[in-house]
Formats: sequence, structure tokens, C-alpha cells
Amino acid sequence: MSAASPDGAWRPSELELGRRAFRRRQTWRSVLVSALSTLVFAGLLAWAVLGSPGWARVAETFFDPEVAIASLPRIAEGLLLNLQVLVFAAVGVLLVAITLATLRTLRGPVFFPLRAIAAGYTDLFRGVPLLIVLYLVGYGVPALEFFPRLPVAVWGTIAIVLVYSAYVAEVFRAGIEAVHPSQRLAARSLGLSHAQTMRRVVLPQAIRKVTPALMNDFVAMQKDVGLISVLGAVDAVRAAQIETAHYFNFTPYVVAGLLFVLLALPMVRLTDWVTARMRRREQIGSIV
Amino acid sequence: MSRAADGAQPPAGAAGEREPVLALSGVRRAYGEHVVLDGVDLEVRAHEVVALIGASGSGKSTLLRTANLLEPIDDGVIRLAGRDISDPRVDADAVRARIGAVFQHYNLFPHLSVLDNVTLASRLVHRTPKAEAERRGQELLASIGLADFARAYPDRLSGGQQQRVAIVRAIATGPELLLLDEVTSALDPELVGEVLALVRSLADGGTTILMATHEMAFARDVADRVVFLDGGRIVEQGPSRQFFAAPREERTRAFLARVLPG
Ligand SMILES: Nc1ncnc2c1ncn2[C@@H]1O[C@H](COP(=O)(O)OP(=O)(O)OP(=O)(O)O)[C@@H](O)[C@H]1O
Ligand SMILES: [Mg+2]
Repeated sequence: MSAASPDGAWRPSELELGRRAFRRRQTWRSVLVSALSTLVFAGLLAWAVLGSPGWARVAETFFDPEVAIASLPRIAEGLLLNLQVLVFAAVGVLLVAITLATLRTLRGPVFFPLRAIAAGYTDLFRGVPLLIVLYLVGYGVPALEFFPRLPVAVWGTIAIVLVYSAYVAEVFRAGIEAVHPSQRLAARSLGLSHAQTMRRVVLPQAIRKVTPALMNDFVAMQKDVGLISVLGAVDAVRAAQIETAHYFNFTPYVVAGLLFVLLALPMVRLTDWVTARMRRREQIGSIV
Repeated sequence: MSRAADGAQPPAGAAGEREPVLALSGVRRAYGEHVVLDGVDLEVRAHEVVALIGASGSGKSTLLRTANLLEPIDDGVIRLAGRDISDPRVDADAVRARIGAVFQHYNLFPHLSVLDNVTLASRLVHRTPKAEAERRGQELLASIGLADFARAYPDRLSGGQQQRVAIVRAIATGPELLLLDEVTSALDPELVGEVLALVRSLADGGTTILMATHEMAFARDVADRVVFLDGGRIVEQGPSRQFFAAPREERTRAFLARVLPG
């Protein structure tokens, strides 16, 4: 919005200039204070850790730079598998969760079984620990000899999708319920069918409302893909385990942990950014 | 009157008496023990503007929703252009596609641009090609002075502008009947005028309208007929000037005394 004409251009008043100068000084001061306090705090922490009696041994077994460098390629290779699993699982979770959430909103007696199945599913899989589902799916289902032989990572992905869909479906359902009922009335008044209303009006708004929560679940899933190692899939965690046994040194675990953190960081930052942006938009006072 | 100036002449009626656009007979709706509509008979004829008035809770919104099949009825018959639409075998979506409706608030879809809001039903329900729907949408937006907001999102509009968009969205597909449920009662007083002006121009253009309203002056000036609802029944109805000038029923007089200043 450029309303200023070139000649009658607005210039800040003396008062405003004074306020800005004051704010700048304030900013400088707070940067300085925070830098100082960080330094002091880090110093104290370092002194406590490095000065502890067992530090030398810990440093050797957990933070050996040579072992770290030597084990890095294998672990990074394993992380590639985690990434693949993550991508497939994320897509699977979204599809299954949206379907479950939509099923639970269906009305009418015909849909009772579908509603009941969806409700039972979310109750069940939110209750069972992921590890147990991994074992059951990873060892139990192949034992049926009903399916062709598949890599363990595939079963791991399926287990993750089963568990996470249950959570994410609930997130979606909350989002769907948060859409004002008048929106549904308005859509139906226009002649849109139930399905059209859901797809074109309710779900888009619901997804917007729950995006921060979904991203948060994604971050949680990002590290839980490491659990497929229990099935013997050679992912980053399993690779670290192998390297640890090889070097008699725990550093590979630390390396794997750091890699997972690096993997999660962009998403974590993005989540914060999206959340903050949505909060700002809502505060401006959009009506719905 | 701009009826002629608009060039939007009402289509020439078939000879003689035609079916009313909307006809309710003996419509009943109850929530448990609470009877909201207690045998309502009401007709709305083509190009007629009917104002529904009554105290809060008298069932105006419920009546409008039943006409739209958004609310089930417990007894009675509702006809749209002569056809029984209260029959459970009729396709409710198809019926609603022939009726426009605007409510008090939250009408517009916040995730769609103003133009997409206006064209949504044309594209999805009436299968109008996108280009054609958008051309018509732009025309409608231009007619209410909001052409510049076509690509904007509804939260950029004032409450009055939003309601006007909601109204043109409701008529974008050329419905046979327009239902308006207190479209101005959630608005700041200075925004009421622009919305009522739009309703008035639609009325002058021959749109068939059934509207619930608290704006008595507007009902008197614009409506052809006023219907007073009380205790789930139509207590009195009549040509609007006559209705306000000489109400016959005691209950009507009591209601008008309460809502009309002076
Ligand atoms: N879903 C519902 N369940 C129970 N009672 C309801 C429901 N919807 C409406 N009612 C009741 O029905 C009555 C009529 O409501 P309605 O909204 O039609 O009134 P109204 O004339 O539109 O009032 P207002 O002028 O306040 O909009 C009210 O007493 C209301 O409490
Ligand atoms: Mg009402």
C-alpha cells in the first residue's frame, strides 16, 4: 500500500526517531547480555563435565574422532534407508489418516461398520507400543507365508504407518471438528454433496488448522523410523550398532544420533516458522 | 423502480395461475418436546418477496432450513415449483442446487478466493466450464463494486462486503428461490445499508425471496408480503404496508409495539 506522494512524503517525527534510537540501544544491550550469560553458562557446564572424574573415559568411548570419521560412511548409508522409509511412511500415514478421519465423520446407519472400524482402529493403535507392532508385523505377518518375501524395511514401514495413522487421524478429526458447522451448511446450501463439501470445503480448512500439529508428528516419526533396526534392517541405528561392535567404542551411536538431529532440524525450524506465521495471521483477525 | 431499467425482466409467466415457487403445508418440526414449527402453511409465488418476522426463537431460521432440506421435518409437505421435495426419495442436493441461501454469518469459505467462492457451485454442481463460470462471477462482483477483490481472500473484506459476496454467490447459478436468514444482523450498523440495498435491487429485478429479518422498515418497504411467526405458527400475514399499518391480531400488535420504536 503506497499512499505517500513523493513531495508530501512522510518523515518520522523527532519523537519517533528518539524512540527508534532507544530501541536500537536496547537491542544492543540485550544481545550483549545474552552473549555474556551464554558464555558463562557454557563455561560452567564445560567445567562440570570436563572436570568430572570419569570424563577421560567417556570422551574416549563416546567421542573418539577417528572412530567417528571411520564409521560415518556406513551410518550415513544406513540413514538413506531411514529416509526412504520416512518418505513412504509419511505418504502412507497421510492417506490412511485422512481416510480414517473422513470415515469417522460419515453419518447414517449404512456407514456404521465403517465408523466402528475406524474408531476401533484408532483406539487400538494408539494404545499399542510401536515396538510391539514392529515385532508383530515384522515377524508375524511374513510367517503367514501369505505374501511374497519382502525386505524387512517394508514391514517396518507398514508398522510405522499403522501406528502413526491412528494418531494423525485423530489430529485430522480434531481439525475437521474445528471447522465451523456453518461452513458445512453454506456448502450444502449451494448444492454440494457430502463428499464435495468434505473435499472442497471442510478438509482444506481442517488441514490448514492442523498443519503445525502434523509437522510435529512428522518430527516424531522422523526419529521413530530408527526403530526398524529391531527387525534387522540395516538403517543408521543398526549400522551404528555394527560399527560399535567392530570398534568396541560407542562413538558410532553418537554419530547416528547427531545425524538424526541434523535430519530433524529443518523440519523443526519449519514447524516453528509455520506455527508463528499462523498465529500472526490469526491475530490480525481473519474472521474464520 | 429499476425493474425495467435493469433489463432483468421476470420471465413471462405461463398463462393463468402458476404453481407457487415454494409451498409449505402443515409443516411441523419439534426438538423433543419443544415444537418449533407447529403446522405451518406458507406460499411464496414467483417474483414475490416475503418477509418472515417474529421474536427470537420463534422458528424463522428453522423454517428457512426446512425449505432448503437442511432440516428434516416431522410432518407436512414442502413443494418446490409444485413438486414434493419433502419426499425422502428426492435428491436433496439437486433441490438445494435450485435454491440460494445466505445465513447470518460464516457464509464465505475462507480458504477460497472471492471469485472461487462465487463460482464454486457453478463449477462443481452445475458443471459450468470454468471460463464461463468465472466470466459470470466477475460480472456479478463488478455489479456489487467488488471486481477488484476477485482474487483476494474473504478476510480482506468488510463484513458488509462479505455478505454481499455471499448473496451474489447464492444467485450465481440462477436459483428459483433465494432464502435470506437475517443477513444483516451480525453486521455493524453502518454496514447494514449496503447489504439491504443489494437485496432491494434483487427484489426489484424480480428475484423470488423468502427472508427472515429484524429490519422492520426494510420489510415494510421492500417485501410484498409480511408473515408473522409466533409460537411455531403463522399468526398473521398480509401485504406489507397493510400489515404494519393495521395489524389485526393482538399478538402481532404486541410484537410490533416491542420492536418498532415510538
Ligand atoms: N438443533 C436444535 N436443537 C434443539 N433446539 C433447537 C435446535 N435448533 C433450534 N432450536 C430451537 O428452536 C427454536 C427456534 O429456533 P430458530 O433458530 O428457528 O429461531 P429464530 O426465529 O431464527 O430465532 P432468531 O431470531 O434468534 O434467529 C428455538 O427455541 C431454538 O432454541
Ligand atoms: Mg434465526
